Amino acid sequence: MNKKSAFRYISKKRRVKENRRFITGRGRFAADLKLSGMLHVAMVSSPFACAKIKSINVDQAIAVDGVHYVLTGAELAENISPLLSGLDLPDVKRLPLASGRARYAGEWVAAVVADTRHIAEDAAELVMVDYDMLDFVIDPEIAMKPDAPLVHPEKGDNIFFDKQWVWGDVDGDFSKAPHSLSLRARWSRCSTIPIETFAVTASWDDGREMLDIWASVQMPKYPEQIARALKLPASSVNVHFDVDVGGSYGLKRGIRQTVIVSYLTRKLRRPVRFIEDRIENMAGGEMHGPDRIFDMEVAYDDDGIMHSLKITATDDCGCYPGRAPLQLGKPVSAIVGPYRIKSAQYHARSVSTNKTSQEAVRGFGQAPTNFAIETVVDRIAKEMGIGREEIRRRNLIKSHEFPWRIPSGSEYDSGDYHTVLDKLMESANWDQLVTKRDVIRKQGKLAGIGLSTCLEPSGGNSSFEPLFNPKNNTTTWMESCLIKIDMLGGVSAMMGTSSSGQGHETLLAVSIGEVLERDPDTIRAIHADSVTALPSNSPVGSRMAIMLGGAAAGAAKKIKAQLLKIAAHNFQLPEDRLIYDGGDIFVDGDRERHLTWEQLVDIAHRQYHNMPIGTEPGLQAQHTWEVPTGGAMPADDGTVQMYPCYAFEAHVPLVSIDPDTGQVEICDYYIGHDCGTVINPDIVRGMTFGGIAHGIGAALYEKFQYDDSGQLQAGTFMDYLIPSSHEIPSVGMIKHFTPSPLTEFGQKGSGESGYLGAPAAIASAVNDALEPLGKSIETLPMRVRDIEALLNGNVETKIG
Amino acid sequence: MSCHKVSLTVNGAKYAENAEARMTLVDFLRDVLDLTGTHVGCEHGVCGACSVIFDGKPIRSCLIYAVMADGHDVITVEGLEEDDGSLSPLQDAFWENHAMQCGYCTPGMLIATHQLLQENPSPSESEIRDAIGGNLCRCTGYQQIVEAVQMAAKKIKDNCV
Ligand code: FES
Ligand code: FES
Repeated sequence: MNKKSAFRYISKKRRVKENRRFITGRGRFAADLKLSGMLHVAMVSSPFACAKIKSINVDQAIAVDGVHYVLTGAELAENISPLLSGLDLPDVKRLPLASGRARYAGEWVAAVVADTRHIAEDAAELVMVDYDMLDFVIDPEIAMKPDAPLVHPEKGDNIFFDKQWVWGDVDGDFSKAPHSLSLRARWSRCSTIPIETFAVTASWDDGREMLDIWASVQMPKYPEQIARALKLPASSVNVHFDVDVGGSYGLKRGIRQTVIVSYLTRKLRRPVRFIEDRIENMAGGEMHGPDRIFDMEVAYDDDGIMHSLKITATDDCGCYPGRAPLQLGKPVSAIVGPYRIKSAQYHARSVSTNKTSQEAVRGFGQAPTNFAIETVVDRIAKEMGIGREEIRRRNLIKSHEFPWRIPSGSEYDSGDYHTVLDKLMESANWDQLVTKRDVIRKQGKLAGIGLSTCLEPSGGNSSFEPLFNPKNNTTTWMESCLIKIDMLGGVSAMMGTSSSGQGHETLLAVSIGEVLERDPDTIRAIHADSVTALPSNSPVGSRMAIMLGGAAAGAAKKIKAQLLKIAAHNFQLPEDRLIYDGGDIFVDGDRERHLTWEQLVDIAHRQYHNMPIGTEPGLQAQHTWEVPTGGAMPADDGTVQMYPCYAFEAHVPLVSIDPDTGQVEICDYYIGHDCGTVINPDIVRGMTFGGIAHGIGAALYEKFQYDDSGQLQAGTFMDYLIPSSHEIPSVGMIKHFTPSPLTEFGQKGSGESGYLGAPAAIASAVNDALEPLGKSIETLPMRVRDIEALLNGNVETKIG
Repeated sequence: MSCHKVSLTVNGAKYAENAEARMTLVDFLRDVLDLTGTHVGCEHGVCGACSVIFDGKPIRSCLIYAVMADGHDVITVEGLEEDDGSLSPLQDAFWENHAMQCGYCTPGMLIATHQLLQENPSPSESEIRDAIGGNLCRCTGYQQIVEAVQMAAKKIKDNCV
């Protein structure tokens, strides 16, 4: 079952290549770049939730010494194409700077360019914008009403997307089942805000007709989108992917920011840079995450077996529909979680309000959905008087049932959920945790144990694009790698993307080292520039271990095949008489006859007379890999194979709650985790711990709260609370490895691990703690003040 | 805006450069002295990415002005390597334990824990968590950072006896 032992380098402890530069302060982040003559940008933001921009007077600002230009939204709108939307919404235009109407508090309406950021900020305050305040809407349920103020009046309503799919005999299953229940669960607006804000420098070289970009970006098709917006050929946009990105977790798209500085550098013929300050980042940067109301209904029988699930997910998308509404789409790939539910109905609604826009956040909508499903499972357990572990055991797909097709069309590749749960329960020692919980309760505190069992769909082929937009026929989400063996035998490998902490250089080196049997520490991994790079879709959707690892292995196999051909020619023997060992090639049964790696490389590079006839000289290979199981459009009923690989995780936290303050403390935390073959154990551990920390933040602390006047109440780290080392416990991680049959080494994704199950588990624990009081809470985050209000019984937990 | 001469020692080297009165120390280090290892995360004293050692104490360099550093001694992440240019045991332990992902908070984490080990060579887990309590990391969930500091402490101790 476990391929691990067969590997030379995969799954082995290895220092992460990229770390060396970070521990010596020699990372190269976007803000570290200095170009001569570089100018700096500060944004002018609208203070109103919705306002007509009557006029903008820039005279005073432009008069400031050191100010070079003030760009207004109107000028930019005239000169670029609107930015791409994930949905088919021709009436909704997304522009980098608001033009005519500002649609949320904090939206950028003008950009000031000056010699220094200080001067630009001073001058930004002198830009006089004449606004007329307009009606606005903040609550997504109000926004759906026919008389609601319109965010985009041209569109006629505030509904960006509204579609329902029925997969299987939902009505029949509901009518046959003896029980059903419904509940509402609320995932509030939060996001995985990184410590580095978005930073970008653009420099136009008129001589080369080339726009060079250095950005802290993680975005599929970023160079092409810049080119499209600026009406340039993509070959004139060179994104330097060797910039270290200071965290992203899906968020750092920054297309608006990039288009602004790109336009400015072309206009001013000087390099232009914009580094968001924290408030620009939180309010105007459009980096919020899902903000979702779930109305759930489930049909189940006397044994607590679930037969059918209905989900209505209403997502407050905020102002503009970039890729954010598609975050309702990814959950289609795991719409019934890890459970054997026969039929499902999914009603997905994306609603526009006067809030900053969403961007992709770790898990792309799956973490909220997992939270909602797990809330339902816990509720059935409670209603039926069955243990939360037992109810899951009865419903989880069994290991011999894979591949398992779920009602919405995806086939889960592999899994052994019961064993992971067994191992977790043994290590966490559930009975002992119960004893510990009860001791805490006796001491006068509330205490509870949580449980969640969740999936991480990984390696996606973006099939939610055609599912959500009939004009989009994307069925590939490929990834590439180019390997070059230099004349001295050194191996370099190129990827076409930047990294934000995922360790892609190590991934490439280990994957290639494994195939070529060369020491990964000697393999150099390079982030190519976009003009030279092969197609990439960036590290989204937990895909790089699968896709970049697969592309690298594919290219390495081609190199190996070339070497074997060269050796076969030189020995005048068929290839099956040869043995490849560590890069050298031996004649089977006669190890005296061999060619070393160096000799083979020398032949390829210098001895064309010793090369097989018609072979290309040199030694290089590229491989572009299509997503396994990808390539198909959704069927008419919306069924589609969306993601190839499904990792599994089960969480068990123990929490205590101070009954006076409502303060939650996490006493213990265990996770059982199975992402197939692990390429680098330290990277997977780190991803998982970090994901759990994000999940704890989403469950207990983090919320982009808006007040009644449409003002964002959380624009700094003092009011948007990111958990510190005090709030995050040490986590016990229990590993299991069920390889995927679809990938090169059996690997699945792990980039979103931890985050996909932690919020559900914390909610489960808090509700276990509240249960003796007969109370429960289904809204995240469960902040101190929310729990305190609930305990004191004077405030209901408000949806909103 | 008035300009002032700032003379200070950074990582053992003496510098004398001009700074506007409103320039923060972190901007001075990064933009004037080109020491870009120290990072900026919030500019309001919460994230700790800008941590440096100032006269022997860790501080947030976004919260003081460059002019306030006149005549003082600063150590940044670039100054943590051993005299021969090799990695310090703490840096090495950060690498060995993969105590980072994106590396953005790492300089601040190294500064905070370097100082901890100077003052307390055998810190407990909760003392380590206290020492980094003012440094936000969005990637790691802190666990491998704690493990790295524990390993470094042990290594330093083993080397001393
Ligand atoms: S940048 Fe100084 S504390 Fe965040
Ligand atoms: S390593 Fe990325 S923020 Fe800490």
